[in-house]
Order: sequence, then structure tokens, then C-alpha cells
Amino acid sequence: MFSDVIRKIDWEETTERIMSMTDADVRRALGKSRCDVDDFMAMISPAAAPYLEQMAALSQKYTRERFGKTINMFIPIYITNSCSNSCVYCGFHVENKIKRIILKEDEIVREYQAIKQLGPFDNLLIVTGENPAMAGVPYLAKALDLAKPYFNNLQIEVMPLKSEEYAELRKHGMNGVICFQETYHEANYKKYHPRGQKSIFEWRVNGFDRMAQAGVHKIGMGVLIGLEDWRTDITMMAYHLRYLEKNYWRTQYSVNFPRMRPSENGGFQPNVVMSDKELAQVTFAMRIFDHDVDISYSTREPEFIRNNMAALGVTTMSAESKTDPGGYACYPQSLEQFHINDDRKTADVVAALRARGLEPVFKNWDSSFDHEEMLLAK
Amino acid sequence: MDDKLVIAGKEFSSRLFLGTGKFSSNEVMAKAIEASGTEMVTLAMKRIKLSDSSDDMLQHIAKPNIQLLPNTSGVRNAEEAVFAAKMAREAFGTNWLKLEIHPDPRYLLPDPVETLKATEQLVKDGFVVLPYCQADPVLCKRLAEAGAATVMPLAAPIGTNRGLVTLDFLQAIIEEATVPVVVDAGIGAPSDAAKAFEIGASAVLVNTAISVAANPVEMAVAFKEASVAGRRAYLAGLGAQSADFSAQASSPLTSFLND
Amino acid sequence: MNIVVNGEKVEVPGGASVKLLADMQNLPDKGVAVAVNNDMVPRTEWENRLLNEGDDVIIIRAVCGG
Repeated sequence: MFSDVIRKIDWEETTERIMSMTDADVRRALGKSRCDVDDFMAMISPAAAPYLEQMAALSQKYTRERFGKTINMFIPIYITNSCSNSCVYCGFHVENKIKRIILKEDEIVREYQAIKQLGPFDNLLIVTGENPAMAGVPYLAKALDLAKPYFNNLQIEVMPLKSEEYAELRKHGMNGVICFQETYHEANYKKYHPRGQKSIFEWRVNGFDRMAQAGVHKIGMGVLIGLEDWRTDITMMAYHLRYLEKNYWRTQYSVNFPRMRPSENGGFQPNVVMSDKELAQVTFAMRIFDHDVDISYSTREPEFIRNNMAALGVTTMSAESKTDPGGYACYPQSLEQFHINDDRKTADVVAALRARGLEPVFKNWDSSFDHEEMLLAK
Repeated sequence: MDDKLVIAGKEFSSRLFLGTGKFSSNEVMAKAIEASGTEMVTLAMKRIKLSDSSDDMLQHIAKPNIQLLPNTSGVRNAEEAVFAAKMAREAFGTNWLKLEIHPDPRYLLPDPVETLKATEQLVKDGFVVLPYCQADPVLCKRLAEAGAATVMPLAAPIGTNRGLVTLDFLQAIIEEATVPVVVDAGIGAPSDAAKAFEIGASAVLVNTAISVAANPVEMAVAFKEASVAGRRAYLAGLGAQSADFSAQASSPLTSFLND
Repeated sequence: MNIVVNGEKVEVPGGASVKLLADMQNLPDKGVAVAVNNDMVPRTEWENRLLNEGDDVIIIRAVCGG
């Protein structure tokens, strides 16, 4: 389990190593065809800042080699904002006095139908807060079942589950799981997540092992930028990614670098801010470090960043997202989990990508593959 | 330099493993083994000819600091390999085993299916299994999952001295490995061994390049030094290759970014 | 009675044990292993393991190899 690994990696020492990386370390990393985590540290260090253009060129080259000129498109759907956690930075915080919604079956279907009106979306990400009693595994299974007539590729972003529960949801067509660790700083993790099941660092950080052990095809990871020193936090994620790739090599991985935006509960302001240049640096470094990993940018990022980065390393994007339950059809006025920055219509996102010579791919999976796998499993 | 190789909980100071085939005499072999500083030496098994009273090679290699690594050379499938392994364990008093199954008499290339099958069985039977295999990253993953103590992908066909023909695949194997990677077969010169270490191999197994050299003992020393040099270079972090990373005046790709 | 040892016909007394065969062949104290009909017989069982007419015995020892 990864908790055993990460406890052997000292946070302060890692920070120090990153900050003491030199020009020569950066050059060495960029010259390698296969980078290790040390090289990754060099590439995200301040010493690499002067090499941003070269890193962009390398990142673009590796991305094209592995992904061609394509961008995978997905859309998220929030089916509930009910949540028993009290993450200090989140709009769904349990004590936040907002209207809590758990979409009913007919409402979920109306949302799906509304999404299909936006564009030919086929990759759906089903998102919930953490409310196992009212919106637990059976509820998710139902949402997956209802999605099947409309979408071929189904992913979830929900609380960490047991391995058996992931396996159960796979039977309902779930292909992928996204889960953000938020931060790998174990001591401070508890400060940001003081209560609820989410306060247990180990349960969350080992969730990825459980997903992989359950045979989930695709696992998405992420560090929430704004909590702890992002260089160290993302380095920990790089260790985690390598660990997962080594131990669960049949699984595909994606990474996210969500930058915290002002939250609706007003109180929490980001501890650290990552500039656009730094986001680009991290993205390029991740691609040079790992040629195969899927790098995803959501609508948290503004239009000009998404347009430009699409050609340089990003391989998956959402469009026209609503981050509130019912936002596509049923309750267009309810409260968002976070504010989105790119509110372009899907058609406009598509047109912008095409203008850059990129092909947006809406369908890259067919549910008949899942069906076959399930039959074989029996 | 404290840089021990650990296989199945046992520590090795030397990362050079030696094969004992094709030496002109047991005396030369023993000298080469000593000169190489190796701590792991392979041997094979043969049916005794009842009339044969030739010198027993075992006395030349059975030293306290040397781990014997019997191989299963000659077997053609998993079943025969398991039998050979049990014979080896009984004869040489070690549960360490170089699993090699190569039914192909021409290139002596390993049979991946039988090798995986045998690994699964032998691990269950309590052996420390070091399987010789094709430089196939997926096969190496499967062998590690089956409980192999190391993987031993080939650099080139046995005895060819052709060097790291499978370089790209070896790199992929090393990058993803959860067990030590021992580059086996085909290493023809000390520079090949050094290169294997530079790309991150945990150990190399050398035989023909030493045993058929004009001076095997000197060649054993050369491999010892090359192994140390290559490993040191790996740990020291190799410099960048000749890519152009000079500062650029314009930044066409990244000019859109804010500070 | 006749048995086969490493492919060669060998005559041993009726009811002979593996141990007796080993003594007859001057097998060394270590470095060899014996199997009867593809079943490895540990040295500790040599005395008790009796041979039968037509048994196929394999005796191996170390040789050089990579």
C-alpha cells in the first residue's frame, strides 16, 4: 500500500532537494529519454524556469508521439452536493448553509438528456459529495445504469470506496475513477479535512491501491493546488504515480493540477498560488517525466490557457461544465462547488481546438467492451 | 560506497554474476571467478556417466562467499524444469535457481509460456527463482507478479557476444521493475556491461565473453571494473546528451503565459 | 535384478536400496542428486527407498554452465 511508501519520504527534505536543484540538474533531466522522480524535481524547480520554452517543445513532441493531435473530451455531472465532510476549502462543506440536493432518478435522466444537447459527449464523469448513507454505492450504481443509454464511457469522482465496492460498480459499467488526494502532507491533511471519513489520510491515499486491485481501467489523480507547497506536493504525486504504474501496470492513469479558486463559503483563501507559467512548467515536466499519462484540464482554467496548453501536453478536457447538482436542466440556480473560468459553449471549445490543428475526440470507448469483459468474468 | 544489491533478502557487494561454461579448464575458471570478485556463480547439471571420473567442478566454485546458482539448462518445459529444480536443491543444498527453459536448440531463446508456468510452481515450492527470459517488459511484469526474485532478460542470444541488442526493451523493463533486473546473455564486452549499469540494471550475468577471451582472468578483472564504473556512473547521474538546451531568444510556444 | 541408471542397464541385487546403488557407484557425499522414476529421492531417504526391477534412475551432478 502506498501509505508505507510515502511515510518513508520526508516532506521537508524533499522540498529542500527541489529548491537546491541546479541548472546542470535541469539540463540532465531534459536530456534523458526516461526520467525518474529526481529529474521531475529538477524540472519543476525554480532552476528550470529559464527552460520553459524548451520544456514546451519536448512536452509537445512526446505528447504527439503518444497521443497524436487529439484531445479527449469529457463532461462532469454532479448528482449530489450533500456531504458529511468539512473540507475547509470546499463549497460543499457540511456546515455550509446551502440547499442540499440528491438528484432523483428522473432528474438524473433529465440531466443526461440535457448534456447530450450540449454536444456529442460520450465520456461522463459522475461526481458526488461524501454521503454514503443517502448517496452511497447503490445510488451510484443506479446513476451508472441510467447513464448507459446515453454514454459509453463512465467514470466516477466520489469518496474513496472499498475494493469490493469498486468491483461492484464496475459491474454497472464504471470504467474509471478519479480521486484527488488534495495534499500528500499527512500532518496538515487533517487540518484541511478535520472531520468525517475524509479526515483519514491513509484511507484516502490507499484508495488508489484499492481501485487498481479491483481492476479499474483508469485512475485519475490530483493535488489541490493552494494547500501546501505545490512543488513538494506534486513531487509526492509523481512518486505515487510511479508506484502505481509499477505495481498496477495494467491500469491507465491521468493527472490533474486543479488550482484553487475562490470558494463559495467565503472563508478559505489559497495558502499558495501557482502562476500560469508555473502551471505550464508542471504540465510540461509531467509529460517529460511520463510520456503516457493522461493530463487533464478542467474548466477551472481560463480559455487562453486551455487553448494554448492543448497543443503542448494536455490530452483531456471538459467543456461547458456545471459543478452544481441539477445545473444542466433541473436546478440551474443551485450552488457550484467551485467557480469555472472557461464558460464557452462546447461548439466554441471544439472550434478553438480545431483551429489549432487538434481533433477533439468525444467517443474513445464503446460500452460493448465492458459488456464482453463482464461476460468473461462470469 | 555502500551500494548493496539485495535479492530475496540476501546482500551482494558485487553486481557481476558469472557463468562457468566454456572455460578451458577448471583452474582457469576458478582464477577468473576469484579475479572477478563475483559472489554469484551459475552451474549446470548433468547425468553422471558411470565410467566418468573427471574432476568435480563443484569444488572449484563452492566458496563461503559465493552463492551457487544452479540453472535448469537442458529442460524443455515447465514440468522438466520443476524436476530439475528439485534435483538441484538436493544436490547443491540451495533453493536458488536460474530458471532457463529454451527448447529452441538454434538460438537457445527462452520459452516465455513455460518459463512463467514454471516460475509460478517453483515459487510455491519455496524456490528463489531467477528466470532467464526474453527482454519483454510485460513478461517481466508477469514473472515478478508470479514471485520471481529477479528477472533476467537477455541482451542478445546466448553466447553471441553481440551486446545490448534489446536496449530499448531493457530500459522499459528497468523503468517499471519491482524486482532487480539482471541483464543476462549476449553481453560481449566490458563496455556492454557498463552500459547495462548506466541504464539502471541491478546486475549483469557474464559468461562467454570471459571464458572465451584470450586471457579469461584479465577479462574477468575488466568486467569487474566496468561493472563498478557503470554502476557508479548510474548513481552519479549521467550528464545530458548533446541536445540543444541553450537559452532561446524567442518563445513561440510559451509567450502566451503570464508570470 | 536389472535397473536403468542414466540410460545404462545396471544389475543390482534384488531388494537393493538407493543407498546400496550409491555405494556401488561411488557417489560422493555431496553435489549429487538421485531420482527414481522421475521422483527425486532425498539423501536422507536413500536407505529406506528400495529399488524395483526396471526402475529408471537418474543421477546428476554439477557441470560447468552459464
